Amino acid sequence: MRYAETGFNLEVDLSRGNIERVETDPKETELYLGGLGTNAKILWDRVPPEVEPFSPDNLLIFSAGLLCGTPAVGCNRTIVSTISPQTLLMAYSMMGGFWAPELKYAGYDKVIIRGKSPNLVYLWINNDKVEIRDASHLQGKGAIETAELILQELKEPKAQVSAIGLAGENRVYFASVEQGRSSASRGGIGAVMGDKRLKAIAVRGTKDVNVARPDELMELCNEVLEYIKVRAENPIKGVPPILAGLGSPQEMAVHDEEWHTTNFAWGNARYRKKDYWTEEVAKKWSESLESVRERFVSCYNCPMKCGATINVPGISTYMMKCYSKLTYTMASMTDLDFGFKIAQRATEYGVDAFSTPQVMAFALELYEAGILTDKDMPGMPPDIEGRFYWLLDRIVQREEIGDVLANGTYWAAQKIGKGAEAYAHNNIKKHEQLPLKLGMLNPIYFLMYCTGEKINITQIEGQFPQAPFPTREEREEFVKDWIQVPDKKFKQWFVDWELRGENSIPYYPTVEMSCDIVDWQEKMHYIDDALGMCAGLSSFPLKPPYHIHNYPKFISSGAGIDMDEAGLSQAAKRYRTLVRAVNIRRGMRRKDEKPPEDHWKKRFPELEAKLLDEYYKFKGWNKQGIPTKESLHELSLDYVSEDFLQRGILTDNEGTPSEETLAEEEKK
Amino acid sequence: MQGQKKKKIVKTIKVDVDKCNGCRACELVCSAFHAQPKYSSNNPARSRIRVIRDPLRDIYIPVYAGDYTAAECAGRDKYVIDGKEYEECAFCRASCPSRDIFKEPDSSLPLKCDMCEDDPPQKEPLCVQWCLNDALIYEEREEEVEEEEELEELEIGLESLADKYGFDKIIDTIARMSMSKKG
Repeated sequence: MRYAETGFNLEVDLSRGNIERVETDPKETELYLGGLGTNAKILWDRVPPEVEPFSPDNLLIFSAGLLCGTPAVGCNRTIVSTISPQTLLMAYSMMGGFWAPELKYAGYDKVIIRGKSPNLVYLWINNDKVEIRDASHLQGKGAIETAELILQELKEPKAQVSAIGLAGENRVYFASVEQGRSSASRGGIGAVMGDKRLKAIAVRGTKDVNVARPDELMELCNEVLEYIKVRAENPIKGVPPILAGLGSPQEMAVHDEEWHTTNFAWGNARYRKKDYWTEEVAKKWSESLESVRERFVSCYNCPMKCGATINVPGISTYMMKCYSKLTYTMASMTDLDFGFKIAQRATEYGVDAFSTPQVMAFALELYEAGILTDKDMPGMPPDIEGRFYWLLDRIVQREEIGDVLANGTYWAAQKIGKGAEAYAHNNIKKHEQLPLKLGMLNPIYFLMYCTGEKINITQIEGQFPQAPFPTREEREEFVKDWIQVPDKKFKQWFVDWELRGENSIPYYPTVEMSCDIVDWQEKMHYIDDALGMCAGLSSFPLKPPYHIHNYPKFISSGAGIDMDEAGLSQAAKRYRTLVRAVNIRRGMRRKDEKPPEDHWKKRFPELEAKLLDEYYKFKGWNKQGIPTKESLHELSLDYVSEDFLQRGILTDNEGTPSEETLAEEEKK
Repeated sequence: MQGQKKKKIVKTIKVDVDKCNGCRACELVCSAFHAQPKYSSNNPARSRIRVIRDPLRDIYIPVYAGDYTAAECAGRDKYVIDGKEYEECAFCRASCPSRDIFKEPDSSLPLKCDMCEDDPPQKEPLCVQWCLNDALIYEEREEEVEEEEELEELEIGLESLADKYGFDKIIDTIARMSMSKKG
C-alpha cells in the first residue's frame, strides 16, 4: 500500500484529448519526496531546454505535496510547476487553499498537462471519472466567477476549482492561477495554462488517504497544535507585530503597518516614506480594513486565519491573502481603500499582486519621463486611481501599450527602449521583486537574492531574524527556546550579531556563517515545497512548529519512508540541485545571480564575489554555479552530469568550467 | 423498559459559526478517528461533521450527523438569517435520501456522530480538540431522561439497507452469504 501519496498521476494530453491514470514509482518518492521534488524530476526528464514556455511540449504540473490530505496541520499546498514565459526558467509557484487535498482524495498526486487544446476547455476530475469539458461559455470570465459557474454547472458545491481569469487566457506573463482564497501567482503560470487553453481544473474526491503509522503521526500533529497555541500566546519580542506570530504575515488582522509602509518602497519601488505612518493614518487604515473585512479565513486543515473575505460595497466579494493588501496601495501611492477595490478586479483577472502594481507604476514613471507619451496612452484618465484601473484593463486585455506591459517590466523595457531599461530596476532574472530598497548590504540577503531560484525573497527567507536585536540580553533571550536550529552554532552566531561595530553587517555574519544560514533557510522552504506544507507554519516565520527535527518523523509516520535529519537534508539537497540543473540547462549562470543594482546603497563587490564563490562551493557548484560532477554523483544525480557533459555544460575535467562558460565569463 | 427515569449526561457541542475559519480540520480528524484502525486513513467524505460552506456568501455552518432517516421530508426548508440565505436543509443533521452527506461514500451506509466514544474516553470529541478557533465548544450537563434502548450501529446500518433493498432481500442475502461461508 502507498502511504500519504496515492501513487497515481493523471496524464492529460490536451492536443489529443487523451487522459491516462499512471502509477508512479515509489522509488522516486524516496529520492524526491513529492510536490516540487517529483515535479522537478518530471520537468528534467520530459521538458528539454529547447522547449519554449508556450510550446505544446511544455508541461504544466499541478501537484499535491506528499503529506497533503493527511492530518499534518497546514499541509494543503498545490505546487504548480512549468517553464515560465517571463524568466524562461523553471517556475514553481504554489497555492494553499483546498485543491491539493481534494486531488488526493480523488486518488491522484499530480495532474500533468501537456499539449494544447484547440478550444477553451476545463478539466473535471470526479474520483475515477475525468473529463475534458467545453469552456467556451467561460471565456473572459473572472477566475472567481469561473469557479462559481463551474460548481453550479456540475452541481457539485464541494468540488474545488483552480482557474485562470482573462490575464491567463491572454497569456499575460504575470498571470496567476486562482483558487478561492489562494493563488499560484509568481512566474506567469497562469499564462502557460491559458496558452494550453485550459480555463480551470475542478476536482472532487471521496477516497481515503492512508498513513503508515497512524498513532505516531497523530501525536506529532497534536504537538504541532499545542505549539501553535503556545506561539499565539507568546509573540516574538523585538520584531514588528507583523512578524511576531505564525502564519503568513497577518495582514488581514494586524493594523500596525508602520514596518511595511515605512521600510518598503512606494511607486515603482522608488520612494521610502519614512514618516508616513502617523496616528491619523493608523486610524484611517484601521477603519478601512474593519469596514471591508467580513471574516478571517484559512486554508484546509489549518487553525491560522491568514486570509479574509473582503466585501467592498458595490463590488463582488473576494478573498484576500497577505500582502496584496499593500502592493496596489503603495504602488499607486494612494490609500488602503483603493487597494481593496482594485485588488478585487485584479483577483478576477488573475494577476500576480507583486508584479502587476509594479508594472503599472513603471508605466506611469515612463509616462512622466516622456518615454511613453499620450500617443502610447490614448484615453488614459488623469487621476491616479483611474490610471491604475485603465492600465490594469489594458494589460489584461493586451490592448495597445498593455500588450507590451503584459510581458512584465523587463521585457517591456527591452521593447520600449529609449532608456526604459533603467526604469525596470527592480528585477532579478527578469522577475519583479518586492519593492524594497535598503542602505547597507546584508550578506545573508545578498546570497538569498542571488541564488534563490523561486526568485522571490519571501520564498527563501525565514528562520533566522532579518536583523540583530539591539542588546545582547534580548538576543540571549531569543535563543533560549530556539529549538528549531539545526545546530547550536546558529544560536551563538545570532547572540554575537551586533547592530554596529565589528560584528555587524556587511562582514558579520561572516561568509562561512552566511552560507550555513542561507542553506538552512532555503532547505526548510524546499522541504515544505515537497511536502505541501504552508511556509507560514514552517519555513517563513521565526520559531515555527515544523522544523528539521520533527519533519523526518512526519515523513516516516505519514508516508512510511524511513527518514532521519541527514536523510531529509540529502533528499532536499537532491531536488534542490535538480531545480538548479533544469535552470542551468536553460542557460542560467552566475551572471544572472545578482540582486537589483539599487537594492542596497552600500555595495561591496569584493565581499559579494567572495560570498558567491564560497556559497557555490558550499553547495557543490562550480564558479559558474553549475553543480559539479562530484556533487551530482553524491546525490545520485549522475544522469544530470551525463547530460551536462553531453551538452558541454560540464567537461570531463571536473571543476574547470567548459569553454562555453569561460567565454561567458569573459564577456562579463 | 419504558417509564424508568434515569440520569444521563447530555453531551453538547456549541457551534459558534462566527468563529469558524472554514478550515475543515473537524471533518478531517473525524474521519481519521473513525477509521479502522484508528487514524489510519483520512477522508472528509466519511466525516460525521460537515462544514456547509459557501465562502463568497460568508456561510460556514459545521453540522453534525444525526439520525438516519429512510424518507426525505415532505417539504424543504431554507433559512435566511441576517440577509444570508442558507442552502436547503443546511441546518439538518439527518442522513437522508435527499443529499449525499453523512453517508459512507462507497456503501452509502449512514453515518452518525458518536461524540468520539472511546476507551479510555477522549477528553472532548476530536473535532472540538482540533478546532483552535473555538467555533466548536464541548459542554456536558446532566439530565433526567426516560430510559430507552439505543439502536446499535449495526442495527441502524441494517435498517437502512432494508429500507433500500427490502427486508426479504437482506434476509436472503445473509442466508446465502452464511451458506457460502460454511460451504
